[in-house]
Amino acid sequence: MNLHCRVNEKEYDLEIKPHMTLLDLLREELGLTGAKEGCGEGECGACTVIMDGKAVNACIVLAAEAEGKEILTIEGLAREGTLHPIQEAFVEIGGLQCGFCTPGMVLSTKVLLDDNPNPTEEEIKKGLEGNFCRCTGYTKIIESVKVAADKVRG
Amino acid sequence: MKTFYRRLPKFEYLRPGSMEEALALISGKEGSVKLLAGGTDLIPQVKKREVPVPAFVLDMKSIPGLGNITHHHNGLSIGALATIQAVGADPVINERFAPLSQAALQMASPQVRNRGTIAGNICNAVPSADSAPALLALGAEVKLESRRGARRVPLDQFFTGPRTTVIKEDELLTEIIVPAQEPGSRGVYLKLSPRHSMDLAVVGVAVMGTMENGICKEVKIALGAVAPTPIRAPMAEALLRGNRPTPELIDEAARNALTQCNPIDDHRASREYRCDMVYAMTRRALTRIFGGTR
Ligand SMILES: Cc1cc2nc3c(=O)[nH]c(=O)nc-3n(C[C@H](O)[C@H](O)[C@H](O)COP(=O)(O)OP(=O)(O)OC[C@H]3O[C@@H](n4cnc5c(N)ncnc54)[C@H](O)[C@@H]3O)c2cc1C
Ligand code: FES
Ligand code: FES
Repeated sequence: MNLHCRVNEKEYDLEIKPHMTLLDLLREELGLTGAKEGCGEGECGACTVIMDGKAVNACIVLAAEAEGKEILTIEGLAREGTLHPIQEAFVEIGGLQCGFCTPGMVLSTKVLLDDNPNPTEEEIKKGLEGNFCRCTGYTKIIESVKVAADKVRG
Repeated sequence: MKTFYRRLPKFEYLRPGSMEEALALISGKEGSVKLLAGGTDLIPQVKKREVPVPAFVLDMKSIPGLGNITHHHNGLSIGALATIQAVGADPVINERFAPLSQAALQMASPQVRNRGTIAGNICNAVPSADSAPALLALGAEVKLESRRGARRVPLDQFFTGPRTTVIKEDELLTEIIVPAQEPGSRGVYLKLSPRHSMDLAVVGVAVMGTMENGICKEVKIALGAVAPTPIRAPMAEALLRGNRPTPELIDEAARNALTQCNPIDDHRASREYRCDMVYAMTRRALTRIFGGTR
């Protein structure tokens, strides 16, 4: 079947299989391997991408459901080689270890801050509740989000 | 050993442009079509082969008008495609139908709440579905439509067992109808789960009640995850109705609610623990609503 959508501000007209997930499409057809497959069933958030301004788990969204939608993946965040302030904050603070959860963490942080530029620690935890990290113990991630919020607010 | 399936099995994807077209597509295709709302239950279930692989997946999101949340003088209407997030963020629901917004905000994660629907939560019909006790305590009904016509079913007659409901294979749930609540009524949904995020309820308790001159005028108590379906506790309600909700009476009602339960014993919680928690949580919810009165 046919799919028309925008990914990282680029238009795509694609031939897809109806039983393919959005994550399969991004990783295997478009070569955007930033979104990771952890659990494959909506639990871990490693596959988080932003669809029409909202965070979604690409592993449980069908590619077909992206018809006419605007998708942002981690690859679309940096501008002309300059990291997005959220990415900078994660790097500076060291809000990552193995990095597997990081694309999802950064994108969940983006929708959180788009909506609420000055979140409390509780709001940060709530905003990231769908993203699991098996390495950091979250402390540095939460700190990264706080620093990111400062940077984004300028 | 359990097989881990990474990919979805083959199926066809249908995107009807209208309700008529959707109803025509599901009638006569019994068993081979699965309805897709947010897919947060369906897609993992199909991926894990927990349900028979459907020949067709029908995406309801292309049907216009199903996503609305409408407030009117005799209550609230929640369209089949209204997301958990939209319901949780609705200020009027938060003010007048508190148990529902509390249940919505305690479900899953932002990613799942952005996709998943309240209608999908009750159609999927697991005993622990968080919106179910809230909607039961609010006296909700559902509207089911098919080519044969439309019917309304009170939610307390909707669930027939774990993962089964009265919905026929040619029917689609179009709307959840919540009646206006008594003026001055108060409500709460309490969810007990080992982790406070991304976890299913071990016990869920919703209470909606009204007081007049220190007397309990009306109360509805609903319980989740403690029986094959979400349930009401009518005998416990009757104990309170028309009486002064003293701590002693609340205690008695909470003990009575326990007699309505038949919880499972599994890795998440033992039967004994669930029973103890039904009592404790019902008492806590009732105290929140009626507390402080002697
Ligand atoms: C990580 C994760 C965490 C979760 N946490 C929770 C939680 O805390 N609490 C909780 O209660 N649930 C939880 N869920 C389950 C799920 O997100 C909810 O049940 C959600 O509300 C389902 O809605 P949906 O729109 O995604 O349904 P779908 O998956 O689209 O549909 C579910 C089922 O209902 C049928 N259906 C859907 N809409 C209709 C309709 N209008 N008419 C007829 N049939 C219909 C579908 O055919 C399917 O069988 C979780 C799921 C995940 C993946
Ligand atoms: S891979 Fe999608 S949520 Fe885990
Ligand atoms: S950094 Fe390894 S999972 Fe988060």
